[in-house]
Amino acid sequence: MLKTRIIAVILLVAGIGIGLFLYNSETSPTSTFHFKLGLDLASGTHLEYKADTSKLKKSDISSSMQALRDVVEKRINVFGVSEPIVQIESGSFGNSAEKRLIVELPGVTDINKAIAMIGKTPLLEFKLLNKNYVPTEEEKKNNIVSKDAFIDTGLTGRLLKGSQLQFGSKAGFTNEPIVSLSFNSEGTDLFAKITKEHIGEVLAIFLDGQPISLPVIQQEIPDGSAQITGKFTAEEAKGLVRDLNLGALPVPIELISTNSVGASLGQDVLNKGAYAGIIGMIFVSIFLILVYRLPGLISVVSLAMYVMIMLVLFKFIPVVLTAAGIAGFILSLGVAVDANVLIFERIKEEFNEGKDNTEEAIKNGFSRAWLSIRDSNISGLITSVVLFWFGTSMVKGFALVLGIGVLVSMVSAILISRTFLLAIYKKNSGRFLKFLFGSGVKN
Amino acid sequence: MFVIKYRKIFLSFTTILVVASFVLIFIWGLTPGIDFVGGSILEVSYPNGRPNMTEVQNRLSNLPIGNYSIRPIGDNNYVARTRFLNEDERVALVNSLSLNGSEKVVEERFNSVGPVIGEELKTKAYISIALVILMTILFIAFAFRKISKPVSSWKYGIIAILCLFHDILIPTGVFVILGKFMGAEIDVLFVTALLTILGYSISDTIVIFDRIRENLNLNSKSHHSKETFADIVGKSLSQTYVRSFNISFTAFLVLLSLYLFGGSTTELFALTLIVGVIAGSYSSIFIAPALLLALNKEEVAKKT
Repeated sequence: MLKTRIIAVILLVAGIGIGLFLYNSETSPTSTFHFKLGLDLASGTHLEYKADTSKLKKSDISSSMQALRDVVEKRINVFGVSEPIVQIESGSFGNSAEKRLIVELPGVTDINKAIAMIGKTPLLEFKLLNKNYVPTEEEKKNNIVSKDAFIDTGLTGRLLKGSQLQFGSKAGFTNEPIVSLSFNSEGTDLFAKITKEHIGEVLAIFLDGQPISLPVIQQEIPDGSAQITGKFTAEEAKGLVRDLNLGALPVPIELISTNSVGASLGQDVLNKGAYAGIIGMIFVSIFLILVYRLPGLISVVSLAMYVMIMLVLFKFIPVVLTAAGIAGFILSLGVAVDANVLIFERIKEEFNEGKDNTEEAIKNGFSRAWLSIRDSNISGLITSVVLFWFGTSMVKGFALVLGIGVLVSMVSAILISRTFLLAIYKKNSGRFLKFLFGSGVKN
Repeated sequence: MFVIKYRKIFLSFTTILVVASFVLIFIWGLTPGIDFVGGSILEVSYPNGRPNMTEVQNRLSNLPIGNYSIRPIGDNNYVARTRFLNEDERVALVNSLSLNGSEKVVEERFNSVGPVIGEELKTKAYISIALVILMTILFIAFAFRKISKPVSSWKYGIIAILCLFHDILIPTGVFVILGKFMGAEIDVLFVTALLTILGYSISDTIVIFDRIRENLNLNSKSHHSKETFADIVGKSLSQTYVRSFNISFTAFLVLLSLYLFGGSTTELFALTLIVGVIAGSYSSIFIAPALLLALNKEEVAKKT
């Protein structure tokens, strides 16, 4: 009895402590435990790209995707976006060979800027001129360069180690900008092989699908260095060198899905979600106290502690909160009440059967309700797991919150409510106590 | 127990509702949102007041983006729905909405889903629902494996699943009506709501079955007069329906506040869940026990 009361006091103090921590960590700007808000609440842009891996060898795909990820991340970091997420995903259901790149940019609501930031990276390719290709009349007339006129060599910006801007002189022009390239070891070998086997042929340099330079191979180049001289100004050459050094995109990408939320809309959704949660909590509290009286009041206290434990978990795990996640949290209030109600109904039954010993009634009520609580929570967990797997990021947030909610609610009902109930009962139950433990509904 | 006494009335009533939902789904059909078929949604706000709709429509009709719909939302916003737009088309759309720059517009949100992703999500949605149902049957058959008299344990599973179908058909039927009159579309949130209803409804039914299980055990141990199966089901029901109602009512309260105050993003989600919770609670109290007795009766009839 005394022990239970001490535990109850400790729980209460812990609850207050958690509450203070929540308050402080949210109000202090230096705290590292702010809630992580999803893009739909905090504003930002979510981009999904399809990577064209058709030209890559199967064994190269995963390393190329990794390189693509790193390059895109580097690009975004240059622009100073806070906490961007760049990750690789595979398509599913017969599509698993398809690789995707997911980019999340919190705070960036200007989609033009976001897409430019990622997409502007130059795609550098070296292609051999197809000697056997004869341009059609139409192509000649309109001065179109057909795709078939060039043959892929597999040598791309992916195999680049770095590039430099130089100025040289050639045929009377002074200070002509030259972009010098150096390949990594794989690129060096490939470049040497190409230049050795195709002496006298044209090795065209393509930038973003356009030929920018058409040099003729004079001799084998074994040291992995190449130069682009061409029709660009010093300014253009400088930009090209910077972009190439930031990393040419190792794999071409195509935008297949965009989701962007403006700042005012996100804030609005967040405020309304929080408001709905508080109102819901008040409704439920009133209902519980009216119907279950004293145990109802205790369940409200344990519900409040449930809410605080959940919020702390959101901060520590951390769970990215989305509109759907908040909806899941509000729904989980219902789940958390469920276990309490099951227990109270059982305790009431024990009293109705004429048991006068309050402690026994409470303990029996808990142990009898346990099977039902366990079974119904297992089915709740099954749903959460499936939802999490189903998830787009939105649904994942919902499922994660609901799943954590189911687990925490079991703990809060079984440990917290039980301790409080046992801490306040009186040994000899009088009519008043029975009234307190009873309820307005007669079976 | 009146529920047991008048179970035929409740069963007929339910059958009518389920059939009505089916008919609605087949006649009017569900409108898939961009999550499942691909497409773009753009919401813009006009800080200086929005221009009138026909003017905006005139501009949009000149764009090479095919069919579109535009709808006012809030005080100063428009929402445009189109097919999947690429970057240039999006810029052109925003430009048209700003009447070529003469009105100040703010892009509140832009959501664009390629057809590939839509197709993928659709498959995932079907598989998820099937998976939840399958795992639930297995779980119930496992949880009730020890009782096989007088109704074998797998029948509890079947009945739970019948109730599940009821619980997701009714909200879907309601959603068809919402789609017809309010332009509601099936999106990822709707599927999420359905899956949540599945989990919720199951736990509600399990609590009642659980009580039947307990009372059957007590009855077989008791040395006094044995009760009939119908009596036991009735008794179990009267012991659990208050709890069942109270739980549903609490869930209803939180969902109601989410519906009323939670903003437009989760409004339909909350409404779907409200319908599902009511349907789930109804089916656990009125349908599941009635079906259990109906199945049992057949078994008795076969033996005689």
